[in-house]
Amino acid sequence: MAVENDRYIGRKTTILLIMAIIAFCYMLQLLNLQIFSSNYKEVAENQGFLHKTKYPARGLIYDRNGKLLVYNKPAYDVMVVMREVEPFDSLDFCRAVNVSIEDLRKMFSDIKHSVGYSRYTPQLLISQLSIEEYAVLQEKLFKFPGFYIQDRTLREYTYPCAAHALGSVGEVSQRDIDSDAYYRRGDYAGKNGVEKFYEKELRGEKGVEILLRDVHGRLKGSYRDGELDVAPVSGKNIRISIDIDLQQYAEGLMVNKIGSIVAIEPESGEILSLVSSPSFNPSDLVGRQRGKNFHRLMADPLKPLLDRPMMARYPPGSTFKPLQALILQKEGIITPSTLYPCHNGFVFGGLRVGCHGHSSPLDMRHAIQTSCNGYFCWGYKALLDRKKYGTIQATFESWKQDVVSFGFGYKTGVDFPNENRGYIPNAGVYDKVYGVKGWKGLTIISNAIGQGEIITTPLQLANYCCAIANRGWWITPHIAKEIEGGSIDPKYHEKHITNVPFQYFESVIDGMEMSVTGGTSRVAGMDSIVVCAKTGTAQNPHGKDHSIFMCFAPRENPKIVIAVFVENGGFGATWAGPIASLMLEKYLNGKVPDRKKYLEERLYHANLIESAASAYKRSDASKQKNQKKP
Amino acid sequence: MRREQSITKTVDKMTVAIYVILVLMGCLAVYCASYDFDNHTLLSGLVDWNQRACKQLVWAGVGGFLAVMVLLVNARIFDVFAYLFYGAILALLIVTIFIAPDIKGSHSWLVLGPVSFQPAELAKAATALAVAKCMSQYEFRLEGIISYVRVCILFMLPMVLIILQNETGSALVYMSFFLVLYRKGMPGVLLYLAVVAVTLFVLTFKFANVYIQDGETGNLGLLLSQMAIVASMFGFLIVMYKNMEMVGLCAKVLLGTVVVARLVNFFITVDYTWFGYAYILFFAVYAIIMSIRKLKKSFLLLALFAAGSVVFCLSGDYLFDNVLQPHQQSRINVLLGVEDDPTGAGYNVNQSKIAIGSGGFFGKGFLKGTQTKLDYVPEQTTDFIFCTVGEEFGFLGCMTVIGLFLLLMWRLVVIAERQTESFNQVYCYSVVSIIFFHFMINIGMVIGIMPVIGIPLPFFSYGGSSLWGFTLLLFILLRLDASRLER
Repeated sequence: MAVENDRYIGRKTTILLIMAIIAFCYMLQLLNLQIFSSNYKEVAENQGFLHKTKYPARGLIYDRNGKLLVYNKPAYDVMVVMREVEPFDSLDFCRAVNVSIEDLRKMFSDIKHSVGYSRYTPQLLISQLSIEEYAVLQEKLFKFPGFYIQDRTLREYTYPCAAHALGSVGEVSQRDIDSDAYYRRGDYAGKNGVEKFYEKELRGEKGVEILLRDVHGRLKGSYRDGELDVAPVSGKNIRISIDIDLQQYAEGLMVNKIGSIVAIEPESGEILSLVSSPSFNPSDLVGRQRGKNFHRLMADPLKPLLDRPMMARYPPGSTFKPLQALILQKEGIITPSTLYPCHNGFVFGGLRVGCHGHSSPLDMRHAIQTSCNGYFCWGYKALLDRKKYGTIQATFESWKQDVVSFGFGYKTGVDFPNENRGYIPNAGVYDKVYGVKGWKGLTIISNAIGQGEIITTPLQLANYCCAIANRGWWITPHIAKEIEGGSIDPKYHEKHITNVPFQYFESVIDGMEMSVTGGTSRVAGMDSIVVCAKTGTAQNPHGKDHSIFMCFAPRENPKIVIAVFVENGGFGATWAGPIASLMLEKYLNGKVPDRKKYLEERLYHANLIESAASAYKRSDASKQKNQKKP
Repeated sequence: MRREQSITKTVDKMTVAIYVILVLMGCLAVYCASYDFDNHTLLSGLVDWNQRACKQLVWAGVGGFLAVMVLLVNARIFDVFAYLFYGAILALLIVTIFIAPDIKGSHSWLVLGPVSFQPAELAKAATALAVAKCMSQYEFRLEGIISYVRVCILFMLPMVLIILQNETGSALVYMSFFLVLYRKGMPGVLLYLAVVAVTLFVLTFKFANVYIQDGETGNLGLLLSQMAIVASMFGFLIVMYKNMEMVGLCAKVLLGTVVVARLVNFFITVDYTWFGYAYILFFAVYAIIMSIRKLKKSFLLLALFAAGSVVFCLSGDYLFDNVLQPHQQSRINVLLGVEDDPTGAGYNVNQSKIAIGSGGFFGKGFLKGTQTKLDYVPEQTTDFIFCTVGEEFGFLGCMTVIGLFLLLMWRLVVIAERQTESFNQVYCYSVVSIIFFHFMINIGMVIGIMPVIGIPLPFFSYGGSSLWGFTLLLFILLRLDASRLER
């Protein structure tokens, strides 16, 4: 039948209109999906890509002579993407990675409650499997969808020493993550020492590999043939100024003693040796045993984790006297030939500062040689009671500035993250205690001989000795010697000039040399090298005095400065002196002469820990008592 | 007078061109969707028989051969043998139910050695021919219930058989013949009623669990449905009865009811839907009174509509719970946003929206899509092929495809309208309707507007049966059109 006089011809338009309306609606929905909704792209990224972090190798650390100290060994982290985990044989898994089922449950719940948790991204489940554990797990990994292995590196140490100087590497804390966008949960960063201070240089740059992941979580190769991948950049290697042989020798000498040693090359400010005793093996703080060992060390009453050279606070005792001699000369109170009397001490009014037997009266050189308390008390009193600056406050401030110019009282700026500033009081402190008019030279006479309120760190003492060795200047101590492809901070090349001019030094150094040749420091004497030294004995309210010794050698063009603190060691010459002496021999001559072998023997067998331990107990007890007081 | 002209001159070249473009784009999309990142030489996908893109190219070649064959036969064959084709295909559909293996619950595939084939795809062309034959018979008019029954039986029979094969999606395609009936004179009110029914259904379910105030004063779904019913009744009054006097009165009463309902609820809590029912009742009664007073039967229809709609809304729940299968219920719930389940029933649509949405305006670029290739989108070469277009070619690509389909359908309507033979015209409209239905449902489903009904996108989706089915459908049309000038 043919089509004829069609009444419904207009419906053609209706039909076309319906089609157009539908197409238009679809266009609107496509606009909505493809142009106005932004989150689809993100969801697609999360689903289709696995951003696998490629960790760079951490920079290696060498000693000043190029000996390798710290390197990397492979370790394997188990990562989990929760979205992809299917029910699995947890017992089998536990056996493979050697954890208990309870621990595994705890790990999963920890992950879920951690900040930044996402079901879509890999989360750290177990860190640092050894290569053996990894091998076992790798075999079975196909049974555990959602679990991945992340290659990591761990620190490995060639020498079991220098733990405090090198520092350690640990998992980043939430604070690290918040303060530096570079870090993600489960990353590692230096926690102290060189590892922390030079973290940015050592860590390198993480890379990323973009892998395609299908709906079943299977990896389907790299995206665009790795075009967008970023290769990791290895960390920079660092040569530190530590002489590892000297370091190891020094640590041996400090066994069973509490204290610190700082050795510096005065000309450059480079730290040659940095001993904190008691110490530990740096390998203890690596890998999965890190947490356990860390807690053990934390709980140790002798505080092995305390970085004593940087943080311990001691009165400098008699080692402070050369500085006093310098300032008194500079202020015109004394000349090297000025004589003061001392008959077993300084007696003035009702006050008495004891001394030991020596000839009297004596000049400055002999006062240093014999470590005469009386001489410096007379000098200090004369300085403070003089009216040149008007008030005692002004005089004291001037003296303080001179002391500070030797690196005391403020942080030296050493390249360590945890330096203590020590303490040199200002006049205001005494004003507060005694009233503005209530004090004079005699009131604070203990400062004359490095007691009283004067506090130094071992590092500051060594640095001050450098200033003497250099006759009036010092370079901020530092441990970094060379950074591969970079340079160390220029501030470590700057000379700090002391307030005491060059010409006053030689006479003081004479005194220090005489101390070695015929005074308190005789133990440090060397056969062919002129050694200058000063002993110190710091009074300690909790027990036996601390034994202190500082020295430099040779007298001309000094190569090394050593400062030694032995807690509860008694006189400076008893323990600290022999240790410094042996180190001088070792560093300058390469070996210890036979006539000093007995010192080595004595040191190796000495155990000062027990007396020190009881002192620590007393100190802790008094702290608690103090805390109870409001 | 019979003019013999070469088919190459008479065939509608524009349609052929669009067909070729769509099929080639389809092959490209299949290649993209099935591209494997692991074996990525550009050509390996095209020459490896195990790859879908390669197979699709072969299917397209066979399709081209089929097309040429169809163009070469005598156009009269389709008219003369229409019922024969139809009968044969019905027989094949019945056989298929019994001998087809169970593939995911469906019994629609005939497996002949390495080749599988879905007879339902051919049934569309055969049914279109049968419907055209029926409606072009001498003295056939779409008047009276008998004529409707005759035509409806023709396309309902294959529909039922395909439902028996458990291919509900493919069966629904036969609903598109109503559009043909509309063009040939079915009252528009039926189409209107269908739209109202769908609207009521959506409203009732979408807002079934939303309450207007504190869960006391009525269910929002029901209230919205009532509003839709009232709006439709006003529509009837204005458009069909053109009785403005009644419109005015009903509007005043409506306003009054709303005000009373609000005031009453200030004092005591009364379910708003009761006022709704009261108003609809008033409307129905008023229509009956008017029909008696004016002696006009057609006003009764209005009352009938009111009653029917209310019953429809109230029984919707029952129908939904007892007639639909759980997976169908769930699909509808997800589509309406009643159920939010991105990993369950909503997974497919959610993933396809992610894939399309992540394409942006220009797309990620050829072979750069990840969501489809990494199997996040299910059925990415067949029902969800449009995702690949959206992901790799973006909004531009999508609009190109939609534009091409729109152009094709417009062209086919133009062709249909220039037919002088009723048989040809009905057949053409059948083809337009079927393609439109596939286009609307498939793309609507992929972009999350329509429920998930698994039917392919014509010429695009991977699969020989579907491609050949549409090729036959289209080229029979072109053959008939070409013959228009032959006599």
